[in-house]
Amino acid sequence: MEIGLNHYLVLSTILFSIGLVGVMRRKNLLMLFFATEILLNSVNIAFAAISHYYGDLTGQMFAFFVIAIAASEVAVGLGLLIVWHKRYNNIDLDYLNTMKG
Amino acid sequence: MFEAIAFYLFAFLTIAMFYITVTTSQALYALTALAAGMIFISAFFFILGADFLGAVQIVVYSGAVMALYSFGMMFFDTTREVKEKQGNKYIVVGLATVAAVLVVLIFSAPILSDNIIALYPIGEAGNTQEVGVVLFTKYLVPFEVAAIMLLVAMISGIVLAGKKMDASLTLMTEKEIQDMRKEKKSKKALL
Amino acid sequence: MELFLYTALFSPLVGSLFAALFSMSAKTKWAGIVPSILLGVSLTSSTILLFFVLGTNSTLHVEMMTWMETGGLYIPFGFVVDQVSVTMMMVVTLVSTVVHVYAIGYMDHDKGFNRFFAWLSAFVFSMMILVMSDNFAGLFIGWEGVGLCSWGLIGFWYQKESATWAANEAFIMNRIADLGMLIGIFLIYWNTGSLQYDIVFPAMATLDTTTLVWIGIFLFIGAMGKSAQFPLHTWLADAMEGPTPVSALIHAATMVTAGVYLVVRSNELYALIPNVGLFIASLGAFVAIFAATMALVNRDIKRVIAYSTLSQLGYMFAAAGLGAYWVALFHLMAHAFFKALLFLGAGNVMHAMDSELDPFKMGGLGKGMKWTMIMMTLASVALAGIFPLAGFFSKDLILEAAFVDHHLIIYGVLLLTAGLTAFYSFRIIALIFHGKDRHTALGFHPHEAYKFMLIAMSPLLLLAIISGFLFKGGFFEMVTTLLPATEYHIHDHLTYWIMTIGTQVFVIASIFYAYKKYMSPDIKVPDGTSAMEQSFKYKLLINQYYIPHFYAEYLVKPYRELSTIFWEKIDMKVVDATVDGIANAFYTTAEQTRGMQSGNLSTMLKWMVAGLIGLLSLAVVFGLAARHSDSIVIMLSGLGV
Repeated sequence: MEIGLNHYLVLSTILFSIGLVGVMRRKNLLMLFFATEILLNSVNIAFAAISHYYGDLTGQMFAFFVIAIAASEVAVGLGLLIVWHKRYNNIDLDYLNTMKG
Repeated sequence: MFEAIAFYLFAFLTIAMFYITVTTSQALYALTALAAGMIFISAFFFILGADFLGAVQIVVYSGAVMALYSFGMMFFDTTREVKEKQGNKYIVVGLATVAAVLVVLIFSAPILSDNIIALYPIGEAGNTQEVGVVLFTKYLVPFEVAAIMLLVAMISGIVLAGKKMDASLTLMTEKEIQDMRKEKKSKKALL
Repeated sequence: MELFLYTALFSPLVGSLFAALFSMSAKTKWAGIVPSILLGVSLTSSTILLFFVLGTNSTLHVEMMTWMETGGLYIPFGFVVDQVSVTMMMVVTLVSTVVHVYAIGYMDHDKGFNRFFAWLSAFVFSMMILVMSDNFAGLFIGWEGVGLCSWGLIGFWYQKESATWAANEAFIMNRIADLGMLIGIFLIYWNTGSLQYDIVFPAMATLDTTTLVWIGIFLFIGAMGKSAQFPLHTWLADAMEGPTPVSALIHAATMVTAGVYLVVRSNELYALIPNVGLFIASLGAFVAIFAATMALVNRDIKRVIAYSTLSQLGYMFAAAGLGAYWVALFHLMAHAFFKALLFLGAGNVMHAMDSELDPFKMGGLGKGMKWTMIMMTLASVALAGIFPLAGFFSKDLILEAAFVDHHLIIYGVLLLTAGLTAFYSFRIIALIFHGKDRHTALGFHPHEAYKFMLIAMSPLLLLAIISGFLFKGGFFEMVTTLLPATEYHIHDHLTYWIMTIGTQVFVIASIFYAYKKYMSPDIKVPDGTSAMEQSFKYKLLINQYYIPHFYAEYLVKPYRELSTIFWEKIDMKVVDATVDGIANAFYTTAEQTRGMQSGNLSTMLKWMVAGLIGLLSLAVVFGLAARHSDSIVIMLSGLGV
């Protein structure tokens, strides 16, 4: 049984939807960050798989930059989160409603 | 055959780990499961021949990012169980599934119609060497930009987290915080 | 020579801009003096150009720059100084200079002194563009420019309801006529492919008569508006609401003659369509007598002079219509001098009488205002056409032209009008300056105008006296290089002398009749009770043949009602309702969907994913559509789309 590109894409889809569920369901901001990591990683798998099956390095390059972005996002996001937590002693999404229209 | 076994094994493990991450109510469990999932993902990269990417995945995610999270979690009360008010589960799952399927559909469309031409074909040399060549020729500018971005993120992380280390805003009332801010402003004005 | 052309053209503009700089600030003498000096410069340049044209018998044609160049359309800012335009330039600059200097004294006590000179000089600039342009587009710019300045100057005292009304009336009536003119210009471009005079007129000979007739009619409609010919004449009398120097410059000497200038300029066109020419001549003759009759009874000196202007414009059109273009231009020039003089004299009288305009309330002013009396009397003599003043030469030529061409009805009408002209001119002279003193009882203390105002008027006086016999020959020589040189000689010497002397006797008799009638000590301020004032004829004339009444009743009123209907029914209920409906739809939608913005980030994330799904689906749909576009087209065509 040969593992093809479609297998990887399906895996990527499954991981992506898990990530989306996390983003939408979790109210804890830390969990939200975790879910975002899952989303990014699922895409990375797709990139790497395409890169492999088409013999093109561009996919891997993209994956590198995605990782770089993820790392920056974590650094800034956690910093903000800490500031928020210091101020309000919670990191629950439902309390962040200052943008009510 | 070996490849298939490895793929299914790691696919199962990854999905399981990430499932735990998004469902558990314990922050520590979630963190641990996420770290494990990241390492399992690097396995796919190795299977796919992207050795360098796999190494980076382990170093950056399991090393740097996870360390960052764990240090960040020290600021929060992680032993407390995370209580969350939940809405309609089916909507969430449905939306997520549809979105994912659509994304894959779009990504796979050009593949199915064989429209992709390899711009930087993988050659005979080792993966790391080739990645290095492409990264430092064609992608040199984005690479440098990414480096600057990481630097900016680092500095901003330090500044944000390091603010008011000496004062506990949590224990202060709203009025006290306002007073403190005003005082600071007037000091600046004096200078 | 180009330098002089540009100084002649642009120094009024500089003067206008200079005065406009101060238009919002308090009165400064300089705002009047500088434009006057600059107009003097313009006059000098025009004189030099005149001698250039006379001396070398050549014309000056310059192209300052390209204005429009698109496809086949090419319109430059081109200016031409030829025998016709240099005549107009002389008239315009001379009268304007005099009027500017005069106005420094006349507007002395006015708050809008600076603004007045800004408008007045702007007018002169527009007029110069009008007469100097070498194409119809430039002429039209000047045409509109003088219309605008006329509007600003008639409504100069905008605090007065009647002044703003008169300004708007003049402006609107001129716009109606300008539409006709614009159509005429379009027709010219349509048929000849150019607007340059030197291309258009030679090309006209090849066009068919119907087209030419339409062009001629539409251009003449424009001329009718500007020169206040029937039925667009009502604005001119109302325009007397403006300051008197304005009346002298714009509504007597220059702007109203623009229509005559247009017809003269287009002489090659009208020569090809004699029927339209005859119509113009008949209309001119009609207006001449029509206006003269209204002037007989009017009790407002400025209006009398305005009707007189109207009547003289009728003369000019009669001459132009009969093909005697150089005669029309000659009368235009002579008329500009003595009519401006007459108006400025009336301005002196008004000044002395605290803006009182009813001659019946004056009487015996001659004692205190000797110079004004002499000037106005001489101007009236010139207007009446007594030998050897200017009017005699120009007006008699028109009569001769009509006679020689065997248009005896036109001749008769014009002859009768000449008598009426003499009568009404001397009616006001007699009422103002002679007879019993009626003004002291009413509390007026008249005084003569400033010296420099009188000196400023003196060139006009001189020209009103001498321009006839001194310039006639030279003028003929000059303009006939450009205009058809038709000389009007009555071959039979006896007939000639009978006609000339007969006319003179008739006119002089009218003058004496006017003196006799209005110098008598019985003249009182009319109170509407005398038998004459009750008569139908008088009422008809004093109400201007009820034409303004007719316009108000049958044109303005229905238009207003129609506008109200459109406003209430269509604008409010259809246009406004549509716009409001669209706005309301947005409001309601926003109000309904406001709940989405709960501020809860989790909900927002869900919406974001929903939006993402929508966009992705669209991408899939379009991708598929693009991929299968051929089969979709086939399917749609199968359905008959």
